[in-house]
Amino acid sequence: MKWDEFIITGDPLILGAQISILISAIGAVFVLTYFKKWKWLWDEWITSVDHKKLGIMYILIAILMFFRGGIDALMMRTQLAAPNMTFLDSLHYNEIFTTHGTIMIIFMAMPFLIGLMNVVIPLQIGARDVAFPFLNNLSFWTFVIGMGLFNISFIIGGSPSAGWTSYMPLASNELNPGPGQNYYLLGLQISGIGTLATGINMMVTIFKMRAKGMKLMMMPMFTWTTLITSMIIVLAFPVLTIALAEMTFDRLFGTHFFNLTNGGMPMLWANLFWIWGHPEVYIVALPAFGIFSEIITTFSKKRLFGYNAMVYSIVAISVLSFLVWVHHFFTMGSGAVVNSFFSITTMAISIPTGVKIFNWLLTMHKGRITFSTPMLWSVAFIPNFVIGGVTGVMLAMAAADYQYHNTYFLVSHFHYVLIAATVFACFAGFIYWYPKMFGYKLNERIGKWFFWIFVAGFNICFFPQYFLGLDGMPRRIHIYGVEDGWFALNFISTVGAFIMGLAFIILVYNIYYSFRYSPRETTGDAWGGRTLEWATSSAIPPHYNFAKVPEVTAMDPYWDMKEKGIDPNKIDKYEKIHMPSNTAVPFVMGCFMFLAGFGLVFEWFWMGIVGAIGIFACMAYRSFDYNDGYYVSVEEIEETEKRAREAK
Amino acid sequence: MAHAQDAEYANEPLEFQSAEGRNNILGFWIFIGAEFALFSTLFATYFVLVNRTAGGITADHLFDLPLVLIMTFLLLTSSFTCGLAIHAMRAGKVKQLITWMAITLVLGLGFVGFEIYEFWHYAHEGATLSTSAFWSAFFVLLGTHGLHVSIGIGWIILLLIQVKRRGLTPRTTSKVFIASLYWHFLDVIWIFIFTGVYLMGLGGL
Ligand code: HEM
Ligand SMILES: [Cu+2]
Repeated sequence: MKWDEFIITGDPLILGAQISILISAIGAVFVLTYFKKWKWLWDEWITSVDHKKLGIMYILIAILMFFRGGIDALMMRTQLAAPNMTFLDSLHYNEIFTTHGTIMIIFMAMPFLIGLMNVVIPLQIGARDVAFPFLNNLSFWTFVIGMGLFNISFIIGGSPSAGWTSYMPLASNELNPGPGQNYYLLGLQISGIGTLATGINMMVTIFKMRAKGMKLMMMPMFTWTTLITSMIIVLAFPVLTIALAEMTFDRLFGTHFFNLTNGGMPMLWANLFWIWGHPEVYIVALPAFGIFSEIITTFSKKRLFGYNAMVYSIVAISVLSFLVWVHHFFTMGSGAVVNSFFSITTMAISIPTGVKIFNWLLTMHKGRITFSTPMLWSVAFIPNFVIGGVTGVMLAMAAADYQYHNTYFLVSHFHYVLIAATVFACFAGFIYWYPKMFGYKLNERIGKWFFWIFVAGFNICFFPQYFLGLDGMPRRIHIYGVEDGWFALNFISTVGAFIMGLAFIILVYNIYYSFRYSPRETTGDAWGGRTLEWATSSAIPPHYNFAKVPEVTAMDPYWDMKEKGIDPNKIDKYEKIHMPSNTAVPFVMGCFMFLAGFGLVFEWFWMGIVGAIGIFACMAYRSFDYNDGYYVSVEEIEETEKRAREAK
Repeated sequence: MAHAQDAEYANEPLEFQSAEGRNNILGFWIFIGAEFALFSTLFATYFVLVNRTAGGITADHLFDLPLVLIMTFLLLTSSFTCGLAIHAMRAGKVKQLITWMAITLVLGLGFVGFEIYEFWHYAHEGATLSTSAFWSAFFVLLGTHGLHVSIGIGWIILLLIQVKRRGLTPRTTSKVFIASLYWHFLDVIWIFIFTGVYLMGLGGL
């Protein structure tokens, strides 16, 4: 392999990216060295098993990936802004829609939500930590390694270009030579392992570590959705693992799972991919629903309307999510009976979803609503999501789908669903729990600018695309002619995309501004919350979360305590607390995973083997590790609690 | 996080006595759920591709019932001895635990050995990963199971060293118990392979 094939050269856009990566890397090293922060970074963050810190790191990287995916989106929209544009050539366009889709779903939406879960769930159920703190750190590092491996593809070796769905035979060696597709396979594989571990971790945490008295049917809605989401993860991700492994074998070892020759079956890939892929949509949608439920109850000052119906509907959605996958390829010849079945199951999902919408509306009904920024996002979610949902039912009609399939109608539909549910929820949850994480609120005024501009840009960008789709504009095209008549709507859409880009800058500015100027809060209960996470102090609650684990006697326990005049922080006598120790093993293991993954991408098998040996060695090392954690002394707890409650 | 033994679990076996042990065991059951999904996907792949030999060598040509019966016997027996090992552990007999586990491992190694021989033999007859879709599915399904068994062997060896050093504590017992669950699980998967792959293959499916 020649040097200029290894490091991508010759494209000014990529050169720009390389230079900016280099400059920011040097800058980061300089800053850390100058302020002598390396040890702090290692001790407090990289090796930390504190669920809140891991959550914050997840969110940080997710925001970074939102930026990366967003730049991809803007480049695509620039290319499509006018007929006969020459900004991106076809290969580059293909690479970008592939990385955009993959990054947004796997490395932005999911980790953002997992980050919020990590921060919130143990607090919300009154636990000291997750069930498996070591594993939690390992999950984080596998995610980072998978993300890193996927992202370096665009400077080393070339990005994947077969779409985030990677249909065969498009993704095969013959039609897609080079390392790009291998990056996709290994990046997703490695991060997927971490996701599975998170799913198991969350399930055990929620089943086993709830505060005394919190029955399943008293759990906050975000906890419920996290539980169900974790179950979906545990059942769906192994399917992806195998599908990816089989394609990796096809590409590296000459098997014939999905080939066209020697008996292979490309449609098998499509089926396996979507048996994972459709539940994946709910993996990023259900936690979003949970977040909105928390926010809407808090800012309506009412308990959730129809709690039981909410729980049953998420369970119903989770079951149905495994029964609809064929709707992603109605046109690929499954036959009338199969299509009808999957058409009906797909439409059935709208029933429990509708139930939820009405429950949210009825929660707000007659509530004392305050329109703070998290609430604005939650309210805006409803109509926008309904637009996405209704067009989803249109797509679910198999016969009609032959008309819209693979057009911009679909692109618009899934962005309406994904952005209005997942992204709005990420923003809402981020702003809502921000004071819990950092001890002060994001500025509300700037937050409202961000909100209005983003929501406006979002609709300007994606609403016209429904009509482009009905006008027959296919998805995944990089160029069109004047005679197609798609110019005006495309141009509007691009303008909308840039408005969203502007909004993102406002968000970043808000983070900076609030860091400098927001008043620090002292109570820990920034919004008048109802659930237990607000019963601890902020910023980041002490590593042991609760000085004394609360006992739960009612739904919305913290609200209940406040009404009864109980202060959960009034504790006569502290007791020492047992906590797990930090660990460097997952980080080291992550480095070996990177080695193994990188080796396989370039088919340097010796490197893959070295990496694999390293991984197993770390596991063996861990097996012999009987470190039992340590005790937080009573003095330290007293000290921490006192400091936490003093005005800053 | 309390790693102390809780009073209300005092009558349970040692591995359930600490909160950590209980969490690990539940977590591992969930993991086995995920493994079930994993193997189900492999089986699904296998059954989709089962007749797609592209005119090449077929299963009933190569499958050899006596060999498979020996492998089945080895693995099923090892599951039984693994159960005896856990029984000894519950009775607090370290020595017996280690002996039964060692026998389990020998049987497991025998199984893996026969499997390697089988693969080598098939390759000799012209059936490899890249012969046809059917053989790809066959080798990857069987290989994944075999790899699991091999990892299980390595894992249990590490645990036996720990038991030897530390004796039976809530920590070591929960580890050994979990490894035994894993071992039984691999046995269950093998039964599916035995019927779904070999018996149906010999029956000319
Ligand atoms: C924020 C503004 C966003 C803009 C302007 C945008 C724009 C686009 C564009 C132009 C395409 C390519 C369509 C085509 O050529 O077929 C696309 C595809 C896609 N987008 Fe987005 N997007 C945005 C956000 C998101 C988010 C938040 C997600 C997921 C959470 C997402 C997921 C996807 C997926 C899965 C694809 C399909 C990729 C493929 O065809 O393989 N997008 N988006
Ligand atoms: Cu779907």
